[in-house]
Amino acid sequence: MNETDIHEPNYFHKVVDCQWACPAHTPVPEYIRLISQQRYTEAYMLNWDSNVFPGILGRTCDRPCEPACRRVRTEEKPVAICRLKRVAADNKGDVSGYLPRVPTEKNGKRVALLGSGPASLAVARDLLPFGYEVHMFEKDSGGGGMMRTQIPSFRLPLEVLEEEVDMILDMGVNVHFNHEITSMKSMLDMNFDAYFIGTGAPRGRDLELPGRAEVSDHVSIGIDWLSSVAFGHTSKIDGKVIVMGGGNTAMDCCRTAKRLGAESVSVVVRSAFEVMKASDWEKEDAMGEGIPIINNRPPKEFVHENGKLKGVIFECVEPVTGEDGRLRYEPSGEPDVFMEADHILMAIGQENHCPWIERDLGIEFDKWDCPLLDDITLQSTLPKVFFGGDSAFGPENIIWASAHAHQAAISIHLFCQGNDLKADRPPEGVNLISQKMGVHEWSYDSEFDPKERQLVPHADKKIALSDIKVEVELGFDEALAATEAQRCLNCDVQTVFTDKLCIECDACVDICPMDCISFVDNAEEIDLRQMLTAPAANLDQDLYVSGALNTGRVMVKDEDVCLHCGLCAERCPTNAWDMQKSVLHIPQLGSYAE
Amino acid sequence: MTFVAKPKVHHPKLPLNEIGLTRRDYEGPVSTLCAGCGHDSVSAAIIAACAELSLPPHRFAKVSGIGCSSKTPSYFLSKSHGFNSVHGRMPSVATGANLANRDLYCIGVSGDGDSASIGLGQFAHIVRRRINMLYIVDNNGTYGLTKGQFSATNDKGSTSKKGAPNLYEPIDLVSMALQIGASFVGRSFSGDKKQLVPLIKAALMHKGFAFLDVISPCVAFNNHNGSTKSYDYVRDHSGSVVVTDYHLPHEEITADYAPGTTEDVQMPDGSTLRLSKLDDSFDPHDRVSALTYVQRRQAEGEVVTGLLYVDPEASDCHEVMGTVKRPLNEFEAAELCPGNDVLAGINESFR
Repeated sequence: MNETDIHEPNYFHKVVDCQWACPAHTPVPEYIRLISQQRYTEAYMLNWDSNVFPGILGRTCDRPCEPACRRVRTEEKPVAICRLKRVAADNKGDVSGYLPRVPTEKNGKRVALLGSGPASLAVARDLLPFGYEVHMFEKDSGGGGMMRTQIPSFRLPLEVLEEEVDMILDMGVNVHFNHEITSMKSMLDMNFDAYFIGTGAPRGRDLELPGRAEVSDHVSIGIDWLSSVAFGHTSKIDGKVIVMGGGNTAMDCCRTAKRLGAESVSVVVRSAFEVMKASDWEKEDAMGEGIPIINNRPPKEFVHENGKLKGVIFECVEPVTGEDGRLRYEPSGEPDVFMEADHILMAIGQENHCPWIERDLGIEFDKWDCPLLDDITLQSTLPKVFFGGDSAFGPENIIWASAHAHQAAISIHLFCQGNDLKADRPPEGVNLISQKMGVHEWSYDSEFDPKERQLVPHADKKIALSDIKVEVELGFDEALAATEAQRCLNCDVQTVFTDKLCIECDACVDICPMDCISFVDNAEEIDLRQMLTAPAANLDQDLYVSGALNTGRVMVKDEDVCLHCGLCAERCPTNAWDMQKSVLHIPQLGSYAE
Repeated sequence: MTFVAKPKVHHPKLPLNEIGLTRRDYEGPVSTLCAGCGHDSVSAAIIAACAELSLPPHRFAKVSGIGCSSKTPSYFLSKSHGFNSVHGRMPSVATGANLANRDLYCIGVSGDGDSASIGLGQFAHIVRRRINMLYIVDNNGTYGLTKGQFSATNDKGSTSKKGAPNLYEPIDLVSMALQIGASFVGRSFSGDKKQLVPLIKAALMHKGFAFLDVISPCVAFNNHNGSTKSYDYVRDHSGSVVVTDYHLPHEEITADYAPGTTEDVQMPDGSTLRLSKLDDSFDPHDRVSALTYVQRRQAEGEVVTGLLYVDPEASDCHEVMGTVKRPLNEFEAAELCPGNDVLAGINESFR
């Protein structure tokens, strides 16, 4: 194998599994260290800088970082990254002094943001410090988009939402609430210099089954129903409720229905429990509240009598893994099941829906009705129109919306300044900074902490179920947070090897608790992976290969299960190993405003 | 010195050996020797060898004298029996331990000061007595614990860290061991585990006195350009004369060997020593020619490594003395003290 180029920003970025998995590339280990130092405000701002909504995401994020966490590979349970993020938000001090200053004199360019969800808000935040005049158009009476309408307040309290939404609106966004957009053409006629479309995936899917038309009074689309609960139009649901669907919206629907007085609530899912789209913790919380989740039951027919819904007939299937490794469902042989229901909440998916964009404006769409976009710049086929969030590539989540927004904001800025959207895009970079403070002294807590993942306290179930506004998760207190923070392995403090200094004494090989390090004759990667102290079976994780040493061998480190404990550097007599923090520079408009 | 303890957590796929232990179960607490010390690699090689042989840690007696080398038994096999004795007197303690309990695997770790200076007399006599043990000398040619004076194995002309030359002839423990009657003699290098681990395995399973001289650089005081026991010097001047591989009785021998003459030596317990000689003029079963070979190459400035002599049919001290077959601690009081009548009978036989 060739010598690894550690100055290529992606090399060490991949080692920081959580940051690599995060669409917005939030520097997780850095903010966890700040939390363990009780520097909550700084931890909050570090988050705010990259993901824009730490308080909201600390409660609602899909957490792609957690399954990626290295601790999953060393001992199964990841660091509770998301809950630590919330700790930063809950305990932060006054952040006003940290917020970017917005010039009073504008730069003469006007940008329209369509929708007020996370994507539009984040674009606004990135553009405002550059003197852009930003106008935001929203059909509802408040900002936040799906964060306001689809996430119930027992998961995301209104004051948390509004604090972070207002933080951005107060930077000087010209808001146009209660402004439903019915025509893109009329928007283009307003002659903004650029348009950002962040209108989400607002259409909930429906099911065309026998009886559907007859029972429409008793069937609600999940996201629409949640929205009407959020705005106070719905405050009650009677009788027996069946929620159809297996995603997070289904979980929010069933738990909301339970709080609004339903006699009984069940979730019925066509697929198997393990492959449900809902996050594990959402499923656990729903079941913890006594809501049964019934799997492998595709619906067949709505049963009604005189226009009144009586129930639903479901088929019984069982999952079978096919020869291609994919899951299929075959009839299980059991008879169909009838379940009584007075109301159905349909939460089987969402789609992009932009009927208000006339198709003759030069904005092209693909066969799935998604806009044709450049993956990197998010520019549509009409150069001044950009997309982000769910409206770009279909339903994702809040953290993806933040990530899109940063890219779109860069694109809009380059576009408005007459620069090339690709050639002039700022590059990624990485700085490596030694963490050695002295003999046996490192600037980070290098010692491995074997503690197990801490459980988050919940509100009393009786109180929580009686009031939709009572937040269920109480969050970590400072003591729990300090304990959990110590579990972080500091994967951004890298083992950096200097081949010229190595005397091949084997001290690092002997001390490494995870058998990550080997000195071997060089070979092709596939062979090399088998020749190591511990075979490197995880192909997703890179091998760190040095240049040739005195004996002609090379140092090979398997990054897979490295604890970043620094023992290799402790035991190295020549400082050939050093622990260096990799500080990643992800281009973001704010980062070159500095 | 390292203050951060090595955490107990290990690689998720770390294999278990035949008695259900991982290699990590053969470790001890973290070493307090200087970072990069060759002795720590020797300890790691002992750990690897014992784990690969699936030997139970509690069946080991590890003994040592005084010096950096003699601290190392603390850092391996923490679940075994140990005795850190007086300077140069490890052989006495090892002899006692082996006589008292012949069933224990005995590892003595000593250094060039402990064995070639203060303990030279003891060393010579334990070799003569053929105690069934593995005797390892961590040989760095220097008194590291007292900051770098020349030891008795330091080569003439080799310099101290400050540049002063050594004026005296070195003692070669390998030649001594060959001469006095060790039945298993090898030399290796702490920086070459590929060679060292199989040698330790073979030596542990050898019945009789097994001696390994392991050149183990002192990074703090004897790893400089004028040293003949530095990592660089040993790598440049050492040559393996024979590649040794140790195979348990049931192990399939599949490894590839370098060209040369290959010979399988059957050990009394059914295991196999596969020797691949890299020089046809060398005979590892002829004590005299092995001695000549080692000394001739040494005179040419070369350090010969590998298994230099082995007598698979050797006997040990217990056989020579015709001692009882059971360890002494298994005897009941009545057997150990059979009473006045028996004593009277013995006394009578001398009259």
